[in-house]
Amino acid sequence: MSTSPLHKSSSHESAVEHVTGDARYVDDLPEPRDMLVGLPIYSPHARAKIVSRDGTVARLLPGIHAVLFADDVPGDNLIGPIVHDEPLFAEDEVLCVGHTVALIVGESLVQCRAAAEHLAIEYDVLEPTLTIADAIAAEQFHTAPHRIARGDVDGAIEAAAEVIRGTASNGGQDHFYLETQAALALPGERGQMHIYSSTQHPTEIQKLVALVLGKRAADVVCEVPRMGGGFGGKESQASQWAAFAALGAQVTGRPCKVWLDRDRDMVQTGNRHPFWTRYEAAFDETGRITALRANIYSDGGFSLDLSGAVLDRAVFHLDNAYYLPACELVGQVCKTNLPSNTAFRGFGGPQGMVVVEDAINRYAERTGQDPAVVRARNHYGDAPRNTAPYGQEIPDPRVDRVWRELKVSSDYEQRRADIDTFNATSRWVKRGIAYQPVKFGISFTASMLNQAGALVLIYTDGTIQLNHGGTEMGQGLHSKMVAICAHAFGVSTGQIRAMNTRTDKIPNTSPTAASSGSDLNGQAVQDACDQLLARMRPVAATLLKCDEEGVTFADDAVHGGGASVPFTELTLACWLGQVSLHAAGFYRTPGIHYDHATGSGEPFFYFAYGASVLEVEVNGLTGEHRLQRVDILHDAGNSLNPSIDIGQVEGAFIQGYGWLTMEEVIYSDTGVLKTPGASTYKVPAMGDVPLQMNVALLSQADQFSTIHGSKAVGEPPFMLALGVVTALRHAIGGFSTKGGEVELAIPATPEAILRAVVNTTTA
Amino acid sequence: MDPITFNLDGEQVVITDHSPTTTALQWLRGAQRKTGTKEGCAEGDCGACTIAILDHDAHGGPSWRSINSCLVLVPMLHGRTVVTVEGLKTDGELHPVQDAMVRHMGSQCGYCTPGVVMTMFEGCYRKDLDADWKVDDQMCGTLCRCTGYRPIRDAALETKGLRPDDRFAALEFSSPVPRDLTYVAAGQRYFQPSSTAALFDVLATNEDARIVCGMTDLGLDVTKKHVAFPCLVSLEAIPELRQMTHTDGVWRIGATVPLSEVEDRVQDGLIPLARMLRYFGARQIKNRATVGGNLCTASPIGDLAPALLALGATVVVLGAEGERRVPLSEFFLEYRKTALQPGEILAAVEVPDVPAGARCATYKVSKRRELDISAVSAGLYVMVDDGTVTEARLAFGGMAATPARATSAEQAMVGQPWTHDTVEAAVACLATEFTPFSDHRGTAWYRTTVAQNLLRGFYEETHTVRQPSLAYRHTGTVLTEAGA
Repeated sequence: MSTSPLHKSSSHESAVEHVTGDARYVDDLPEPRDMLVGLPIYSPHARAKIVSRDGTVARLLPGIHAVLFADDVPGDNLIGPIVHDEPLFAEDEVLCVGHTVALIVGESLVQCRAAAEHLAIEYDVLEPTLTIADAIAAEQFHTAPHRIARGDVDGAIEAAAEVIRGTASNGGQDHFYLETQAALALPGERGQMHIYSSTQHPTEIQKLVALVLGKRAADVVCEVPRMGGGFGGKESQASQWAAFAALGAQVTGRPCKVWLDRDRDMVQTGNRHPFWTRYEAAFDETGRITALRANIYSDGGFSLDLSGAVLDRAVFHLDNAYYLPACELVGQVCKTNLPSNTAFRGFGGPQGMVVVEDAINRYAERTGQDPAVVRARNHYGDAPRNTAPYGQEIPDPRVDRVWRELKVSSDYEQRRADIDTFNATSRWVKRGIAYQPVKFGISFTASMLNQAGALVLIYTDGTIQLNHGGTEMGQGLHSKMVAICAHAFGVSTGQIRAMNTRTDKIPNTSPTAASSGSDLNGQAVQDACDQLLARMRPVAATLLKCDEEGVTFADDAVHGGGASVPFTELTLACWLGQVSLHAAGFYRTPGIHYDHATGSGEPFFYFAYGASVLEVEVNGLTGEHRLQRVDILHDAGNSLNPSIDIGQVEGAFIQGYGWLTMEEVIYSDTGVLKTPGASTYKVPAMGDVPLQMNVALLSQADQFSTIHGSKAVGEPPFMLALGVVTALRHAIGGFSTKGGEVELAIPATPEAILRAVVNTTTA
Repeated sequence: MDPITFNLDGEQVVITDHSPTTTALQWLRGAQRKTGTKEGCAEGDCGACTIAILDHDAHGGPSWRSINSCLVLVPMLHGRTVVTVEGLKTDGELHPVQDAMVRHMGSQCGYCTPGVVMTMFEGCYRKDLDADWKVDDQMCGTLCRCTGYRPIRDAALETKGLRPDDRFAALEFSSPVPRDLTYVAAGQRYFQPSSTAALFDVLATNEDARIVCGMTDLGLDVTKKHVAFPCLVSLEAIPELRQMTHTDGVWRIGATVPLSEVEDRVQDGLIPLARMLRYFGARQIKNRATVGGNLCTASPIGDLAPALLALGATVVVLGAEGERRVPLSEFFLEYRKTALQPGEILAAVEVPDVPAGARCATYKVSKRRELDISAVSAGLYVMVDDGTVTEARLAFGGMAATPARATSAEQAMVGQPWTHDTVEAAVACLATEFTPFSDHRGTAWYRTTVAQNLLRGFYEETHTVRQPSLAYRHTGTVLTEAGA
């Protein structure tokens, strides 16, 4: 199998199309004749009664074909991925700034904007709830508390050598996918609707469009060409734009496109959830955590969306890579008048981990220890230190092994000593270093989502169309799926075309999310390939005049009995022999379950691991800092494609770094977004990336019972960036003469760092 | 009325019926169906829309320049040679920058990639991409949300200054000079006169005229506020406004000289200005933005203003009746208002060399180091004679309604010895000198504290080097040497 592309590095499957501009995204597709565009008109108020709405004048303006409100929805106006609690169009009340009130459908955006000036909407402004604190005070929650507990927390706190009590919080994060939300709807005959959508979840689009239009699932097809980035922001929140496009198409009988410009996208879609947590952590005299009690609250925004699952994952990851002998972990989703917060790479995991990392940092600072030593002392390990708070056994905790290797390759101990020397003599510039482990549970915590389908079509010329339920958003899923398929048939990847994801090829798909894309779809593709191989093998044996067992597929040919025939010849022979050359594959993850009521179960199929060592330098005059060097060792199992996986690790890490240091979603005290564009919301640029970024994948890391021993890699490395907070605190502590705890807000912007430096030196 | 004509990816195109406030990006994606070029932000802050035009470099020779097509109006392409990502392949073969991006795995979702490629394209043909920091500068205007940049950086390093002997190098011999244009469409007028005489004629007969050049600031009114300006008058085709000279100890920088050109020219001669320009904005912005535009927009921050105030610059104001000179310190009257009278333009800025005894440095502090708007910017200048401060110009952006000098802090220094105590006395004045506002870029506390610390840092910095420049990958805006 020398030509197999499996476990080998390669460029992205569409790399050439990317660099030439030939790659097509939804807004690049040739526009159908008579196409109209839809412009959603949104509320300027965070909470208000709609007193009146009138689109009569706007409708009469040139080029305008429809002005639509909640009453014009033929089906159900209430949408939402889990609970239908979200008015697509505001009904009696607007629930956030950005909540759509009307849709103007016209021949051009210019005409739609002109018409918007003539929409008459009167509001009676009400008092909004805009913060987690206000929501807690008013007891406005989307969910009942989710509680996971074990052991005697109070007893452990009483017996503790040291107790850290405090609060931790983090801000939101805009996805800032480079391609904004877009959907194009084409009405067909007999009530059909075909939607091109930039979505991670085509089935969700299909369902919600059907719901909103009052159609059946079979009437709607969703097709995804590719996304210009998703990061979770197009898991549930691509739906409303597709629904608007479909509604515009339905009402006018003409194709209709809805595309959001950047500002509108940032105002109208949700973000990573801000969290606020009150916690108590008990440590024994050896620095081991004996108990953690945490009450965590997320800001869900105005509707539930995926907030329940995001909160669950935050609770599941309050332990990160550390064994908690006793704990009481309780989480709840707050309801506010902000856009509904949603999935974002890590899906609550980063926010949960922030808490335990804060506790460890403060403990280490208070007791004058190296936080890396404290972290390592708390790693999951051999029994009994190998069960998660929800009772799942962690069979192969690789965190010790990863740290052992990384500590050496990053030269951690020597560099920490060098930093002490440097800081002792440097007045205005201080350095800091940190070790950050990550353990991340893999599987959708909503267990039924852990299924996938594939459809493999082989043609008589030996070429193959590969369909599967996953979507391509840049993560290289198609590259991996093509490699699995090529490996199975022993053909070169050029023989295989990865097709657009379509709900009429693969029904009932799960979102491409939770890092699960290649795990689930890869197995489904393998299943389809195995079925085809079983059918083709006897034909090959006949051609080759050998036993079926002796047939092998490699080098674009089948071999057996000392002879070979080209794969093309085999496929033709199959057709001539009336053997079916298409197969539908299916996979479901075995054995995972979770009981919300008892807070126990085995919600994860396996865990992914990784660790980073980060070094920063802080300027004490301005609060600016520089990430100087990063070393990462990440566990991607037996990687399906090392270069793609390293790309995921690096990209996730820098995205996490942005969240923790510069990306600030800021709302005014009336709920208006103050950072609605690239000029006000800053994601990392090239100069923010360290020159020394040593990223390696853990070797000999084969994972039991996954596709070719590989592991999910999309989200886990995001949390490797959490260490930047520890490193910054180390550097900031260098400005202090008395030592002790550092107070540093997240995101650690220059202002936050300068405040911490000033507090450290004057307090 | 002239048609707009230019060369697009090797084909001559003619435009007669698109509104003059149509952006190049809208026209490419709409009328031309060239959808390879992407819109990511419509404000020159992401670079997905980057294209390249043939323009001058600092030494008068033609050179490829990457620009944001979202902030360029179609009449501004008149007479030019334009290349998009879709015009890079030759005989079906990838251009070296495209090939490098594929080999280094520089694309994931691919949406920023066309812009990355076109930004790298400029870098590939630049003759002056000779320092490591210039690679960060070249690439900082194209945001990528997927890769974390490492592979993009590798591709950029591999292709920088490669200057392949290909058809693009050959095109550099064609004339890139913007030409005279009068264009009317959709009830909107666009004038691009090629002499000052013609300019003042146009201004005299079009009272609703807005003067433009690089369009990097006014462009936002078009892309964000959807303003259809009835009449725009561009200064781009007037040769004398685009001249830069250094004679008798004075730099004269024409109003329409692009900032990338200024930056190249002053690298060794006017170090404080070069230092500010390094983080002024993305390469695409600096390739279009001009000195005149940055001063006339009179932003409270306007990064060039504090630098030029510290350097003691004078602006040359030109009207139909002739020219007059105004010290820059008297140019900003109030928020977004300058000393320009109706019918006048800013023709040039004159900046004296920094005298031998003077200390001078500039600072820009923002949430993100590159391509961000300052929370605080500063230009600080002191003349020290025999240990005593004889002159001080401490100018700040982001601290008041206009870029402004800290006069009380200056007074606290003049006549005093150049010592730590004197600096601390001036620092104390800065605590009350301004009443900055709080916004998403920084609170009043942060702005005041940083302004004070910049002055402290300035004193520390200029102990050894009188006009310090920034080290590569320095940590803070101040104190270039770690441990100083």
